[in-house]
Amino acid sequence: MDIIKLLNTIEKDASLSIVDLSKVLNEKESDIEKSLSILEKNNVICGRHTLINWNKANVQKVKAIIQVCCSPEKEYGYDKIAKKIYMFDEVSSMSLISGSNGEFMVTVKGKTMQEIAEFVGSKLAPVHGVSGTSTLFVLKEYKKSGIVLSEDNDEIEDRQLVTP
Amino acid sequence: MDFDNILSERVKQVSPSGIRKFFDLASMMDDVISLGVGEPDFITPWPIRDAAIRSIESGKTYYTANKGLIELRTEICEYLDSHYNVVYNPDDNVIVTVGGSEAIDIAMRSIVNPGDEIILLEPSYVAYTPSVELAGGKTISIQLSNENNFKLTKEQLLGAISDKTKAILINYPSNPTGGFMTKEDYMEIIPTIKESGIIVISDEIYSEITYENKFCSLASFDEIKDQVILINGFSKSHAMTGWRLGYVCGHKVLIDAMNKIHQYTIMSAPIASQYAAIEALRHCDKYVKKMNEAYLLRRNFLVATFNEMGLDTFLPQGAFYVFPCIRSTGLSSQEFCNELLQEQKVACVPGTAFGQAGEGFIRVSYAYSLEQLKEATERIRIFIEKRV
Repeated sequence: MDIIKLLNTIEKDASLSIVDLSKVLNEKESDIEKSLSILEKNNVICGRHTLINWNKANVQKVKAIIQVCCSPEKEYGYDKIAKKIYMFDEVSSMSLISGSNGEFMVTVKGKTMQEIAEFVGSKLAPVHGVSGTSTLFVLKEYKKSGIVLSEDNDEIEDRQLVTP
Repeated sequence: MDFDNILSERVKQVSPSGIRKFFDLASMMDDVISLGVGEPDFITPWPIRDAAIRSIESGKTYYTANKGLIELRTEICEYLDSHYNVVYNPDDNVIVTVGGSEAIDIAMRSIVNPGDEIILLEPSYVAYTPSVELAGGKTISIQLSNENNFKLTKEQLLGAISDKTKAILINYPSNPTGGFMTKEDYMEIIPTIKESGIIVISDEIYSEITYENKFCSLASFDEIKDQVILINGFSKSHAMTGWRLGYVCGHKVLIDAMNKIHQYTIMSAPIASQYAAIEALRHCDKYVKKMNEAYLLRRNFLVATFNEMGLDTFLPQGAFYVFPCIRSTGLSSQEFCNELLQEQKVACVPGTAFGQAGEGFIRVSYAYSLEQLKEATERIRIFIEKRV
């Protein structure tokens, strides 16, 4: 089985069932099931999420991208200090980055700006080894995971019902 | 007013489109899931749209040369050479047209004399017969069969050629069947084409939407190249149906003849569309590939699902249609589609809209998301279970 094709397919649409995958990839259901199980076990498939435009659901959420400055630790590099940050529930994603604006890019979600400010002040900034933070609040999301979210998204079905 | 006296006999003899009749029926109903669309569900890739916007912003709003912008014709020639090993000269062998449809029309009108016979492969695209009739020609039909995966054989071709034959119109990958001719398949019929001296109008509009087999252009066979009128465009490959841009390539004498009609009826194809097409050919192969990957998954899904339902469906090698056989239901194509629309609100196109050889089949487009295909096929399953 072409595992990359399987991964590409479910990355685009996690809702496809084993039966659907068997049909679209022209593979046996049992083979699909087995491959998915191995990929999950090996943490290649780490989770399945639904992309939600919370604005459309009239739910207020605040998101901030925080650049975090820190120094690497002997023997551990950045990994130990990273763990102290990403283990907070408030952190939804975190990456080690290059450039001069910090070492980590941390995405934090909360209900209000105040909640995020409290997290930065009371939990993130005091982490041992963190020397500075720069918080950028997200004002509007236009595109997420390859999907356009903005109101003026023009990709609306507008074709004729039947054409030659 | 006696309009019957006013309309030309030639126009009056053209039958109304079977697809149009079906569209009128479907459009009067609510909540219809349509599998009847012959155009991509993708929006034109953004760089192509952006190129058109830039051309308008920079004031490029004039006519172009009749044959089209030389930059575009050059790109077309380079594209045909690099993708299909077909060599043409941008000055002498190409006209940029308003869609493949105009290309078909000017090809017919430039070669057909009253009474000339044009061979069509049925089931075939709905515009072929009218374009022959409007040019004053007579159609001779070759009935392609499901058993042979809707390929054209040498025997069928020999049986259709007469001393009145002017041309044959070939369309692979095929709308509506998804049929495909490999290089080896073509090699069987090339000597017959060569010997007969007939013109081959090759509508290659689906050339970029192929799956397991590589597309082979009829113009790549040197021995018949002078006989070939190659038609292609951007509608299907680059999801640009609304831009109305195609092209026709061929021998200089044929192109000069076609250009006579083109220059007096069209003048030139829209300039913004031409700039968009330059971008499409230069930088957009990756988008074509991405769309094809999606079509492949959908094709697999539909073929497996229809065969599971008991509707014999062969595996198409190109385009974005499957052509299931519905004879097991005991219904005609028209009855099947009408009843399916009334009962389950799913619109498919009767195979007979593409000629009598389409009886016993329906055309199902997979220019839809998998989610839509799943919902539609579930409704079709319920419809079938009541009848088989």
